[in-house]
Amino acid sequence: MKTTATQTASAADLGRLADRALFIRLETLRLTRIAGAGHYSGTFSAAEVLAALYYHQLRIDPTRPDWPDRDRFVLSKGHAAIGLYPVLADLGYFDPAELDSYTRLGSPFGDHPDMRKVAGIDFSSGSLGHGLSIGLGMALGGRIQRRDFRVYVMVGDGELAEGQIWEAVMAASHFGLGSLVCIVDRNQLCIDGPTEEVMSVEPLDERFAAFGWEVQRIDGHDLTAILGAFGQLGPPGAGRPQVIIADTVKGKGVSRMELDVNWHVGNLGPDDYEAVRAELIAGAAR
Amino acid sequence: MSADAGQHDAAQHDAAPHDSGQRDAGQRDLFRGVSESDGQPAAKRSSGTVKGIAVKSVPAFVAGEELADLADKDPRIVAMTADLASASRLADFGQRHPARFFDLGIAEKNMITAAAGLASTGHIPFVGTFASFAALLGFEQIRTDCAYPGMPVRILAHHAGMSMGYYGTSHHALEDLAAMRAVAALTVACAADANQLRAMLRASLELPGAVYLRLGRGRDPEVYAAVPEGFEFGRAVRLREGSDATIITTGSELHPSLAAAELLAAGGCEVRVVDMHTVKPLDVPAVLAAARETGAVVTVEEHSIIGGLGSAVAEVLADHRLAVPFRRHGIEDEYVLIGPPAALYAHYRLDAAGIAAVVRETCAAPAAVREQPAAR
Repeated sequence: MKTTATQTASAADLGRLADRALFIRLETLRLTRIAGAGHYSGTFSAAEVLAALYYHQLRIDPTRPDWPDRDRFVLSKGHAAIGLYPVLADLGYFDPAELDSYTRLGSPFGDHPDMRKVAGIDFSSGSLGHGLSIGLGMALGGRIQRRDFRVYVMVGDGELAEGQIWEAVMAASHFGLGSLVCIVDRNQLCIDGPTEEVMSVEPLDERFAAFGWEVQRIDGHDLTAILGAFGQLGPPGAGRPQVIIADTVKGKGVSRMELDVNWHVGNLGPDDYEAVRAELIAGAAR
Repeated sequence: MSADAGQHDAAQHDAAPHDSGQRDAGQRDLFRGVSESDGQPAAKRSSGTVKGIAVKSVPAFVAGEELADLADKDPRIVAMTADLASASRLADFGQRHPARFFDLGIAEKNMITAAAGLASTGHIPFVGTFASFAALLGFEQIRTDCAYPGMPVRILAHHAGMSMGYYGTSHHALEDLAAMRAVAALTVACAADANQLRAMLRASLELPGAVYLRLGRGRDPEVYAAVPEGFEFGRAVRLREGSDATIITTGSELHPSLAAAELLAAGGCEVRVVDMHTVKPLDVPAVLAAARETGAVVTVEEHSIIGGLGSAVAEVLADHRLAVPFRRHGIEDEYVLIGPPAALYAHYRLDAAGIAAVVRETCAAPAAVREQPAAR
């Protein structure tokens, strides 16, 4: 079901979020160059949602990463961490200069995020299919402690082939965890090809609805729609878990990468690096 | 379950656990744990009997009650199960602390990972299911979500080893210690009886990181007459002194190992018996002392001889170049027969008589043992 934005954001707000989405993409380029290879395209697909979460939606305090009442964010598709680290640095969780060590020996920043090494990471991830269960446990903890934080879990669409996801989907509905918000980065591709060819996930909205979830489906690159979906979330104490299916494009913003399975992991040469960087900046200016 | 069935079980449990192949005919109550035939509310079973067995002698059955007592004072404690609340008696916890008890249904992976998520919000989750499903099905969840991030999740892996008898290999866990021992930052321990389990549960509250607690079927006879004082993970307990050899054992094999020591003593062979309740971190000084002071070591475990306690002890002996007569006793590299538990223990020489025989063989012909496995 499509939703329309009920929450109006100012043009300035939207411009700021679009700028942060560009920042995420540019930093992903930069950090991938340090590593020598990286998950460009699955990070580009999530850039607008990540920006909207961290610069608009999440109730967080970078000076208190362990604040018990903070909203949680679990990046179940942990390979997009390369886009999250710069956000955390930008918000002040740690010195942005530390990012220069990305993936180098002994760095806190690996391809997948480690909660024990990086301030602001609410849980370690990387093994696909686990994150929604982590969020389920966090939401149960919030219920026991009578806290009103929300738990946001971003999953990939290819990840939905993992059975454990649906164990968690069932349990969240069974326990009536309205504080749990699942965001599906529906970027259409897994590693071997389109999800609908490799292992189909559609009709995704109907599947979640059949499991008892509140479902919204939006254009995951439309910041107005993203903020609108956030605005339509029921209260954390509501009885049903909530999913936002964000229809996105894997590789969004870089023409050579969009919906091309060959760019799940890659590395741009020096000339291509500058061309892609220019394309991203030009695209954001439009 | 009928009251008759309960009485039938009670009669069976008057026998020692490793001495009869017949006592498990009433195993049909496995999934229910205890019947209501004793007429006591579940939460009040701290004393008295369940089907004729003193409750204090059935380890898995006290976990729910002990945790509920601890949870009265400690708001961090939560308990979870995967449709086995009765078999583990975690149901007792659920009755007393319903807001902190979660039955996840038959979804062990989700349960273990959700426990890690709960732990990240400040709780100490105790997660119960059969050892086969905890350690083997849930291995990655234990490793990646609990141990690696240092989450204080306590896995209560009950019905371990081949204690489920004729349920068969799907329900056996004879590889779990090997798997769990390979996981960094995970404490791995085996409870021998109810009193030791209580001590472990209490001690676990202040232990950092994740813990794998291996429990029996909930019918293990009492070894410790009271909750042992000063229990420490990683510190072995010497329960019997002897100078001719040492049995190093853990969990369910402690009781028959002590009985085996009595049999051996009758024949003039005095063995030390070490309760190596914590398989990881291993009490290395206890192993070294056993080898140096008694000159021969036999490990006894309800587990494959590959990767478990025996392997852990062998690594220590090899690392320290202690070439004493040594034998890993357990299940050879095979899947076990179908049969009632007690019959299996006898068949695989994991009862008192079998253990005693293995110790005699080891002391008599140390070099030939592995090449010529004794006939069964």
